Amino acid sequence: MATITLKDVKKTYGGNVDAIRGVSLAIADGEFIVLVGPSGCGKSTLLRMIAGLESITSGEIAIGDRVVNRLEPAERDIAMVFQNYALYPHMTVRQNLAYGLKNRNTPKEEIERRIAKAAKSLEIDAFLDRKPRQLSGGQRQRVAMGRAIVREPVAFLFDEPLSNLDAKLRVQMRVEIKQLQRALGTTSVYVTHDQLEAMTLADRLVVLNGGRIEQVGTPIELYEKPETSFVATFIGSPSMNLLEIEGASSDWSAPPAFVNQPGTALLGIRPEDIGLADGSTDNDRFRARVRVGAVELVGAESYVHGSLTSGQPLVFRVAGRSRIGIDDELDVVARPESLHAFDAAGRRL
Amino acid sequence: MQRVVFPNKILPYILVAPQIVLTIVFFFWPASQALYQSVMRENPFGLKSGFVGLANFSAVLADGSYLNSLQVTVIFSVLTALLSMGLALLLATAADRVVRGQTFYRTLLIWPYAVAPAVAGMLWLFMFNPAMGTFAYILRRNGFYWDPLLNGNHAMVLIVVAAAWKQISYNFLFFVAGLQAIPKSLIEAAAIDGARGTRRFWTIVFPLLAPTTFFLLVVNTVYAFFDTFGIIHSVTGGGPAKATETLVYKVYNDGFVNLNLGSSAAQSVILMAIVVALTAFQFRFVERRVHYG
Amino acid sequence: MIEKRPISNLIGHLMLIVGIIIVVFPIYYTFVASSLTSTEIVRPPMPLAPGGRLAENYGEALAGGVERVVGVSLERLLFNTFVVAIAIAVGKIVISFLSAFAIVFFRFPLRMAFFWMIFITLMLPVEVRILPTYKVIVDLGLIDTYAGLTLPLMASATATFLFRQFFLTVPGELVEAARIDNAGPFRFMRDILLPLSKTNIAALFVILFIYGWTQYLWPLLVTNDSRMNTIIIGLRKMVDFADASTPWNYVMVTAILAIIPPVVVVVLMQRWFVKGLVETEK
Repeated sequence: MATITLKDVKKTYGGNVDAIRGVSLAIADGEFIVLVGPSGCGKSTLLRMIAGLESITSGEIAIGDRVVNRLEPAERDIAMVFQNYALYPHMTVRQNLAYGLKNRNTPKEEIERRIAKAAKSLEIDAFLDRKPRQLSGGQRQRVAMGRAIVREPVAFLFDEPLSNLDAKLRVQMRVEIKQLQRALGTTSVYVTHDQLEAMTLADRLVVLNGGRIEQVGTPIELYEKPETSFVATFIGSPSMNLLEIEGASSDWSAPPAFVNQPGTALLGIRPEDIGLADGSTDNDRFRARVRVGAVELVGAESYVHGSLTSGQPLVFRVAGRSRIGIDDELDVVARPESLHAFDAAGRRL
Repeated sequence: MQRVVFPNKILPYILVAPQIVLTIVFFFWPASQALYQSVMRENPFGLKSGFVGLANFSAVLADGSYLNSLQVTVIFSVLTALLSMGLALLLATAADRVVRGQTFYRTLLIWPYAVAPAVAGMLWLFMFNPAMGTFAYILRRNGFYWDPLLNGNHAMVLIVVAAAWKQISYNFLFFVAGLQAIPKSLIEAAAIDGARGTRRFWTIVFPLLAPTTFFLLVVNTVYAFFDTFGIIHSVTGGGPAKATETLVYKVYNDGFVNLNLGSSAAQSVILMAIVVALTAFQFRFVERRVHYG
Repeated sequence: MIEKRPISNLIGHLMLIVGIIIVVFPIYYTFVASSLTSTEIVRPPMPLAPGGRLAENYGEALAGGVERVVGVSLERLLFNTFVVAIAIAVGKIVISFLSAFAIVFFRFPLRMAFFWMIFITLMLPVEVRILPTYKVIVDLGLIDTYAGLTLPLMASATATFLFRQFFLTVPGELVEAARIDNAGPFRFMRDILLPLSKTNIAALFVILFIYGWTQYLWPLLVTNDSRMNTIIIGLRKMVDFADASTPWNYVMVTAILAIIPPVVVVVLMQRWFVKGLVETEK
């Protein structure tokens, strides 16, 4: 078990393409960190730099108290689960699990003991003597996990490990990964582009954008107090509504504390914080009149996609199966605690 | 996407070294020697050689026997390719028709691939030699005067047949692969559109086989140009009266028998140019094939 | 799928049978001849059923019959040809595997230069540079040696390209997984790449064994000593239609023995060979 520390880590490709523009991050021992961001944000690159599969242009990466910048991946005592599993196709499951241990001259009995233990906890004991191509996607995923577990490394690195599974299996594996990591207490760094996966797995989330960290925090912190408009829209589904305050017309109103404050450029409201007006005339609320464009029923709730008279889109949630119809005009409100204000550069105010 | 690689710096040089050394010693050095000699001429005593520019080339190209051998090569290549590919295509479509036994037929049809061209030539010579060949005897008995040792056309027929026979296996395997690669849905669509039998073959199957056919055309030409030396050397020795002397045979003959270094080298260089042209042609076409999907 | 009609099926079978007769007949004819006496062979028409001299012909040819004609025993000719074919096949596979490994899995200065050097050899078949290559062999003192017979035929581009094509399909993640599993280049090559290349190697082995076995021009040039001849050169030397004393029965035995080994290899390894052949040329 170990901490992982990144100090102003940078990666430049071909002399001028900056993939990572200075990332500093301290990961505590046993913590489950999720790197999340849109494609091309550098999250995979960062993970592969920790693994030692990509070189570090400048800065420092330490695992425990050892600086690993120049160490080979195998010397870093980490294990990695790949997106396509990267199981050795010509080896049985058992051989796949044993390979890394054999290469480290682990005694035979120890290898067998660890394989038995991992196979049991992952419920793959039944296919230990099969080849990867005889397994289903979910089973392969477990074998890939097993290969990481038997190594008993100081850290697990996950590179979008669930993205090749179907939706149902993904949810199930997500839960299992989390339980396993809790049980083992191994420091984990997990890369995904799926914000829901990120929210449910992470002790702390790292939102990356354009090779920089936008915000680090627990899922709740990020959800409740996004530091930038990027984080605000990236976390949460559907995304937070962002209304431009500049030139705001009379089709919506908000408490003066937000609208009149100098520097405020954007007003953010999550769809789940907006409700239908109930006739109260409280002035400190956000109010707007919306023309309904579409209604999405997702089960216990519905999302209404509408637009203000100025044309700005607004999404909000209504509970249950609503009777709202297309082209209805509705008054909606939101409480002041649920409003977020950002400046022109997207920083939270 | 960028390839994943190992970070070693020296190791790759050690790994490529054997191939690079062999390539330099047995390919580049001799090829450059051929280029060098093609512009030199030894004096009659073989002591000194002097630079003669393109004289060797113009001598070669003005030489009637060289032009003859060029003509022989072209005729030989075209006939061999047509005969072998025609038969192979016929057999491949037949194999595509049968329900059972494809592997059995294939097992027997690939035999000639394993037979050396020189041996293939001798096998046919055993059957068609005027002195002892059973088939030569049968032809004679039926009033056909057959003598590949004296008649140039007969000699040509004999080496074409032997060369084509040897190449049937190769062409067959590729045509079968080509036929299998045609999506069944296309054949079904053609059937629904009312195309049957031969019509379906010529309007749907054959055009879709075009990439394979072009590819084989190039391969067969290269084969006829270069790999048939053994057949010619063992069957006709280039004769009678140079009627079967191909370009490669002539390079050998001028270099090793007549010991005319300059001319042989110039001929080698011309052959290299032909190979370059054929390879370039093949690659252009392979690139096109990629677009087919 | 379109139903295959019985008549079409029947025509297919008939065509294939005719094809097989054409393809196999010359070999059968020679086999029959190898079971006859020399006099029977040269007196057409030759019978089309095997005669009674099969065992005697093969026995005598092997027991010095061939040696008296061309000065080298049939066993020696077969042995030489085996050595040449195996050396070319194994040597070429090893050399090509290593160089393709270097070119695909490493980045180093001159990598592309080496790649193109190998590529260009595609355009330099031995037939077009015979004289100067022959001179290299003479200068290196390799006339009448196995090295002289095999080395110049070992370095060629096709096998390297096949391996390169195949290595490019190996997912990068597999390499990364191996690196994390403490496998350096050699372990990766031995434990992962080599087992994954098994079918490619088998296919190449067949193709190259045939290539080596059927060589003609090159062994003709670099062997003066008949004890270094391959069986095909030996066979060619025995065949003389003008000479009445040519022992045709031994010629036929030698021809059959020159044909059988490569045919056996192709037939037994048919599955890999067919796949490999069709893929190599892509």
